[in-house]
Amino acid sequence: MAQIIVVTSGKGGVGKTTSSAAIATGLALEGHKTVVIDFDIGLRNLDLIMGCERRVVYDFVNVINGEANLNQALIKDKRSNNLFILPASQTRDKDALTKEGVGKVLEDLSKDFEYIICDSPAGIEQGAMMSLYYADIAIITTNPEVSSVRDSDRILGMLQSKSRRAEQNLEPIQEYLLLTRYSPKRVTTGEMLSVEDVEEILAIELVGVIPESQAVLKASNSGTPVILDNESDAGKAYSDTVERLLGNNVPLRFLEEEKKGLLKRIFGS
Amino acid sequence: MLESNLELKGSSFTLSVLHIKSAELQKIRIELEEKLAIAPQFFLGAPLVLNLAAVAEQDINLSELKQILIEQGLVIVGVTSGSESQLSAAKDLGLAVIKPGKTVESKFINAPKSTQIVKKNIRSGQQIYAKNADLIVVGTVSNGAEVIADGSIHIYGTLRGKAMAGATGDNNAVIIAHRMESELISIAGQYWLAENLAEHDTDKACCIRLADESLLFEPLTF
Ligand SMILES: Nc1ncnc2c1ncn2[C@@H]1O[C@H](COP(=O)(O)OP(=O)(O)O)[C@@H](O)[C@H]1O
Ligand SMILES: [Mg+2]
Repeated sequence: MAQIIVVTSGKGGVGKTTSSAAIATGLALEGHKTVVIDFDIGLRNLDLIMGCERRVVYDFVNVINGEANLNQALIKDKRSNNLFILPASQTRDKDALTKEGVGKVLEDLSKDFEYIICDSPAGIEQGAMMSLYYADIAIITTNPEVSSVRDSDRILGMLQSKSRRAEQNLEPIQEYLLLTRYSPKRVTTGEMLSVEDVEEILAIELVGVIPESQAVLKASNSGTPVILDNESDAGKAYSDTVERLLGNNVPLRFLEEEKKGLLKRIFGS
Repeated sequence: MLESNLELKGSSFTLSVLHIKSAELQKIRIELEEKLAIAPQFFLGAPLVLNLAAVAEQDINLSELKQILIEQGLVIVGVTSGSESQLSAAKDLGLAVIKPGKTVESKFINAPKSTQIVKKNIRSGQQIYAKNADLIVVGTVSNGAEVIADGSIHIYGTLRGKAMAGATGDNNAVIIAHRMESELISIAGQYWLAENLAEHDTDKACCIRLADESLLFEPLTF
């Protein structure tokens, strides 16, 4: 049976798609057969981040509606044999994602894959609810600011009441906190919440801290998940996160402001 | 054979009764707004019966009264104990005329009080109501969450959301939290906002109770 992982947040623009792409790629690189699904019907940007937008023929909604089968819609990643993408449609309305339809697709994928990553849209509407409904694990993607933390808290409430595991009284969804766009400098100046602040408010296990990084924009412009940029701090932080998801104990990094060297301090950066 | 699309079955429901004590609708509107602001969502959607006994001798515009109540999010299903003409006016408004029932006098004194224990964090958007009971939360109550009890409320984590104890009027109810950063707390309708709490040392375990109609802060030290 596959593990179904939802990457969710409530709030938009916090880094869900960036994280879904990175984590799916990381799991595949570790040898696990993984599929990543775009639940953001109408926006569709997972395929851009994964660099496969030109190979989209059929999509998730086509499969649900029986207009294409999974093999026709799944796109094989060009970098890893273990990784597949199920893209969202750009046009159809969000109500196309029915509980039965999504359930059937996930059940079929579960036969072939070890991990199914669900990239959730923002908000708490149909698409977001469907992406979390069948989850075994939730990665609560949160930026270190009050409004994002509040929305994450709201989503945690949904996981506890509106998911399949909640409705059927099964073992609850495993909840992990992924702090993204973390800027130690802005924490020092008091503009942002610290890791400890967010952990204290949300009270769930921390699985990773991804620093704010230029590398992310560069990676998405070139259609390469940032985890493949193993020179970058964001790439390394995502690799660490994947290790922790797989149960390995890796210390956190990039929590402190980088010390500027003497030359940089004199000449500016 | 034709299958029936309808089936009539007898069932009994508990309805809350709202006693209308004045025919001055503006006063009712204002008081209701105040009450609902203190315990938001508490009555929302719950079916209510209007008891008109106190205004049976007076001229009251039922249609306007109904409108005021609906605007506040209340659901009116019927009226009881009015004059002949009031009851027939109610019928014309599509309301049921209900025979007066037995009133349960001051439940919090007579009814045996129970305890409801919740072992999890209460998240934003969630609401817990411990009816006829004390509420114990082994966890934290987030901003945007609401905990309500007819009895007392004990929180073993941090209280950040709203807490309303003594919701049916029990003056002896208390609110105790390991740490209080609440948006609003109230006991039997008396309330404090975050700014009132900020005047006290709420970083440590503390208790809020009611003394002579106003709330009182007590640190929990021995
Ligand atoms: N760690 C990061 N550092 C800098 N920019 C980031 C980081 N994570 C995400 N972003 C940027 O934030 C924006 C939103 O990211 P995205 O993953 O699309 O969020 P979501 O899917 O939650 O809406 C994008 O422009 C992305 O490049
Ligand atoms: Mg997205």
